[in-house]
This record gives sequence, C-alpha cells and structure tokens, in this order.
Amino acid sequence: MEALDGNAIGGLLQEVFGTEMTNATGMCGTCGAAGPVAECVVYLRAPGTVVRCRNCGYVLMVFVKVRDMNCVDLRGLATLGRG
Amino acid sequence: MEGTAVRGRLTWQVATVSQLIDETPSVRTIVLQVPDWAGHRAGQHLDVRLTAEDGYSAERSYSIASAPGEPVAITVERLDDGEVSPYLTGELQVGDELELRGPIGGYFVWDADHDRGPLMLLAGGSGIAPLRSILRQREHSGSMVPTRLVYSSRSLPDVIYRGELDRCDGGVEVIYTLTRQQPPGWSGHAGRVDAALLAEATWPASQDPIAFVCGPTSFVETVAEGLVGLGYPARRVKTERFGATGGPGGPDGGT
Repeated sequence: MEALDGNAIGGLLQEVFGTEMTNATGMCGTCGAAGPVAECVVYLRAPGTVVRCRNCGYVLMVFVKVRDMNCVDLRGLATLGRG
Repeated sequence: MEGTAVRGRLTWQVATVSQLIDETPSVRTIVLQVPDWAGHRAGQHLDVRLTAEDGYSAERSYSIASAPGEPVAITVERLDDGEVSPYLTGELQVGDELELRGPIGGYFVWDADHDRGPLMLLAGGSGIAPLRSILRQREHSGSMVPTRLVYSSRSLPDVIYRGELDRCDGGVEVIYTLTRQQPPGWSGHAGRVDAALLAEATWPASQDPIAFVCGPTSFVETVAEGLVGLGYPARRVKTERFGATGGPGGPDGGT
C-alpha cells in the first residue's frame, strides 16, 4: 500500500485529541528526529492507521477503531506538542 | 450538531450538493451548501462519509478547492476501482445530501497576511485542488506576492481548472508540464517534473519562497527532495501526499 502523510489523518487526529494536530511537532522516540505531524509517513489501512517516522521508519502512532472507539498507541513518540 | 458544536471538535454534518462542474472527462467539482460551516483556510481539506444501506461506510478526505468565503467545493477524480469516487463523480446529483466534517488541517495552509515570501506552488494531477484555493485566496485578499505554479498533468485535456489557470495574471505565472501526451505544436514542458525543470521554474531559495507541493506520493517526494536540493529549507516546503492517485484520505480520486 502506498504511503501517505499526516495530512491524511487530520480528521482522525482532531477526533482523538480534540484539536488540530497536523501542525503539531512530534519527536521520534527511536531516532530523535522532530517534525510536523503532517510530514510523518502514514499507512491508512495497515490494518488500522499506522504513523511512521520519516527519518528512521519506526512506528510512532497506531490508531485502531474498535466498535466506534478509537484505540490509540503513542509509545513510539518521545514528545508530541506545539512548536 | 445544530449550532452546538464544541469549538475544535469535529462533527459530522449533512451538506447539500448545489452545483456539479465537470472539469475534465474524469474529474468533477462538487459545490456544497454546508449549513454549519465554520469557514476554512486555503489548503485545508474535509472528510466525506458515504454509508451504504447495510451500514457499511467509507470515509475519504478531499481538499477544499474553493477559497475561504466561497461556497465549499471539492474536486474529485474518478478512479474506476474506487469505492467512493465513482459515486461522487457519476451518480451524485444536485440536491443530493452528503455527510462531511471539516475543515481539517493546520499545516498545509496558506494565509495571505502571514507569509510574504514568494509563493511556489507545485501540483501533480488532482493535487491542484488545494493550490487553486490558495490562488483564489491570494487574488481575493489582494496579495501581490509573486507566485508561480508548476502543474504536471498527463495531457492537456487532463488539466483541471485550465480556463481559470490560463486567465491567471497579476503576478501569477503558470508553467505546465505534460507527462504522457502533448498536443501538436506544444511549446510547454513535456515529461515528469525533474531536477532540471525545478531549477528552471522555481523561485531561487535566496528569495525565501514558501513552497506547497501536492499530488501523488511519488510526485511529492521527487519535488520536495528537488527543492531541498536547490536550497529550500525543509520547513519552507509544505507537502501533501495523495497516494498513487487519490485524496489525502487515501487512494480514491480525492484531491
């Protein structure tokens, strides 16, 4: 499946976090690279939604919808925030 | 939903199709009347949800092709094996209802009053949609920022918004490249966007341009790498990838 980017999950992220997140900065817990969430590598039907670091390819976030509930795994992120 | 939406929270709402515009044989613009629309910024997108009678539903993202202040419009490319785009481009009629949520996104956006650097727009195929919103916003806001658009299409009949783009003036330069087929006597560029075309057609990095790159993933990767190679700082190259072909919400003819 072709990789997209973080723009593709702007709606999902807003659903989960309650605010616009594509412009937030995420730092990879594996390699330390930091950048806008919009620039992350995104696979939409992996199954579930998988977000990977553009620098090292490690998994940053996983979202799985189970019976209308979003299950969120952010273990690959060191930090996620503004600026 | 009715005026009670919490700020920042996305809610699904029902829009009504007010106009359908055939842009090319496989691309259609859908103009929507959205009762509870908060207003959008140039470059943002929205999510569309189609639900079948058996409850199966499919969501796709489509860039907003209209400028802030204009009726919400999306431009959809038909993909014959898509789940959503054949319906949107073939069966949807004026007056039909469509479930959507938005506006979405805060990264791939351009605000006329925030950024004064020259504007470098690069589109592949239906990736032109959000850039058209930016072009219109630039015009509506009276911005004089020097602007170039490099637009890669398969052939001349595949150029979306061609009439509008051909009429661009007032500091907007449009550079077409046709990848598969060129009409007789074509004096524009032919072939995919490559380093040579980028070097020739883009603003020099010394002018501190801001670039917006939108289209199929391979197009965006090539162009973004090329721009960084020309000295553009990565933070001045904003990208949005559609997959092989499709919208930010996946390969299904979106823009």
